[in-house]
Amino acid sequence: MTDIVATNETILVVGGGISGMTAALEAAETGKNVVLVEKNPALGGRTSQLYRYFPKLCHPTCGLEINQRRLKNNPRIRVLTLAEVTGLEGATGNYNATIKIRPRYVNENCTGCGDCERAVETEVPDPFNYNMGMHKAAYLPNSMAYPQRYVLDPAIIGTADADKAKAACKYGAIDLDMKEETIQVKAGAVIWATGWQPYDAAKIQPYGYGRFKNVITSVEFERLADIHGPTGGKILRPSDGKEAKNIAFIQCAGSRDENHLRHCSRICCMASLKQTHYVREKYPEDGKSTIYYIDIRAIDRFEDFYQKVQADPSVSFIKSKVAKVTEDEHGNPVCHGVDTEGYKRYTTPHDLVVLAVGMEPSVKGINIPGHIVADSSGFIEADPANGAVFGAGCATNALDVNRAVQSATAAALRAIQVVNKVAKAEA
Amino acid sequence: MSANTAVADKYRNNFLKEIEEQVEMGDWVKMCMQCGVCSGSCPTNFQSAWEHPPQELFMMIRAGKREEVLTSSSMWNCTSCYNCIVRCPRKIPITHIMHGIAEYAHRIGLAPKMQATRFFSGLFWKNCTQTGRVNELKLSMGLYFKDGFASGIREGMKMKDIAIGMVLAKRLNPFELFGGHKCKDQKGIQAMLKKAYEIEHARKAAKMAG
Repeated sequence: MTDIVATNETILVVGGGISGMTAALEAAETGKNVVLVEKNPALGGRTSQLYRYFPKLCHPTCGLEINQRRLKNNPRIRVLTLAEVTGLEGATGNYNATIKIRPRYVNENCTGCGDCERAVETEVPDPFNYNMGMHKAAYLPNSMAYPQRYVLDPAIIGTADADKAKAACKYGAIDLDMKEETIQVKAGAVIWATGWQPYDAAKIQPYGYGRFKNVITSVEFERLADIHGPTGGKILRPSDGKEAKNIAFIQCAGSRDENHLRHCSRICCMASLKQTHYVREKYPEDGKSTIYYIDIRAIDRFEDFYQKVQADPSVSFIKSKVAKVTEDEHGNPVCHGVDTEGYKRYTTPHDLVVLAVGMEPSVKGINIPGHIVADSSGFIEADPANGAVFGAGCATNALDVNRAVQSATAAALRAIQVVNKVAKAEA
Repeated sequence: MSANTAVADKYRNNFLKEIEEQVEMGDWVKMCMQCGVCSGSCPTNFQSAWEHPPQELFMMIRAGKREEVLTSSSMWNCTSCYNCIVRCPRKIPITHIMHGIAEYAHRIGLAPKMQATRFFSGLFWKNCTQTGRVNELKLSMGLYFKDGFASGIREGMKMKDIAIGMVLAKRLNPFELFGGHKCKDQKGIQAMLKKAYEIEHARKAAKMAG
């Protein structure tokens, strides 16, 4: 049974991505007790699935590593992985959360040696790589997973493979009798940092995602470029494994569209501009990027980043929302539309089409008891009616990492004020 | 003063406002964000048929290019397939606006006189309102002789095999040329249309004046 000491002076943080981690750390470093709940087996969220992030094009491992060290050194944070908040009751200063914890089948003895992975034969789709590749059913969620502990996929429980894994473990870390459990956690304030999910590109029917193998999403493209991704960091197209050198980026795939997402997802322009760097990095000689856009919104202070990409001869910009994508006899995706600068029709084949998909709040459709006020896109609003449930990061708006961290710090400050009042440390 | 000069005077230098007030669904024009998905989705290849694709027309309206827009044949080429409405990220009723601009240009007498769609619309209306039934023979012949007698004969002869086939299959009755069939209550239909025309005319005249 998972034991947690939590009082109404505890801050509950829901979601362990960059926002949740930041909010938890900021609160804990001021001396508050924090319970951090993450639904995946490891922290880091979507940020950990990026190859590099803008504007400096450093690897997310860097920023996450700093946060992981802060977490390890802070005894005030209790991290729960494979855990989901299924109910939330109460009011400001006195919440009671119901948390469902799924079994990991691996206990704290795990050293991350990987013997179980080598022993197991079953392979399952790897969600860290957006199911583009397979991994063993005994796996480390990703190379820098925190906690650095293996997980057994529930699919092999009760099979010979599970026994093989158990037999292979020298440390007695595998516990096949783990069961799902439900616990109650008290909290004075709640930070809701459930992040975002990529918009379901298959709903944008004319773009053919799901029908054409060489139409992929921007988040999948991140995994293709990453050395830990399904192609080992080579940009290869899914249909035939051919090097994809002529790549089209379609902006506003789902965003700014009344039929899909009403809001501008903000990060996608910068993400595509960033991804043109990947194309040049992998194919410095003959890589070619084409960005189809309505207008480039290089958010924040990143206009210079945009100008540098514009100056790059391997990148061309076409001011047009692509009307539809078809596939030619060689499996090349073909973009159809009208260049609004000159009103010329184009029918242009590419090796690969990358849809810069929009951000949909993960809170959307999740029924959290205690009415949470959200805007028309499902992002949490800062509303007094939410009591001491504070949104943080992409649960509140379409944000990049930088702004998500700012938002998380703000949420932590709000939560700290609430628990200070509970503790009578603040009027 | 003609209808055209009256409205032109009224909306001096504010063509967008004129479109918003006078054209059916014209108040949507300002919502266009120039993404071009309507043009890209249009099944008619506008480069030959369309002088200006929809999003260009919208931009021209906002830029106050009154003459170019209203005398253009572009909006008359819309086939009402609704592809643009389905895909428009702003849910702009583009098809309806195209027809709205065409109707307005016609109303104030700026529409190109011999534009085929406009000519056919007039012919069709006259044809079906006279008897309450569409006389297909007169309608198609009217269209053949649009550009004069000689070209009418020439165009008609190209289709003679099909016409004979239709006559033999009893899909085309040559005697329709003399009068043709009518609906039961011809007078009733005409009275109804007359009343509808009066209401519509009064509504539009009030708009033009108001």
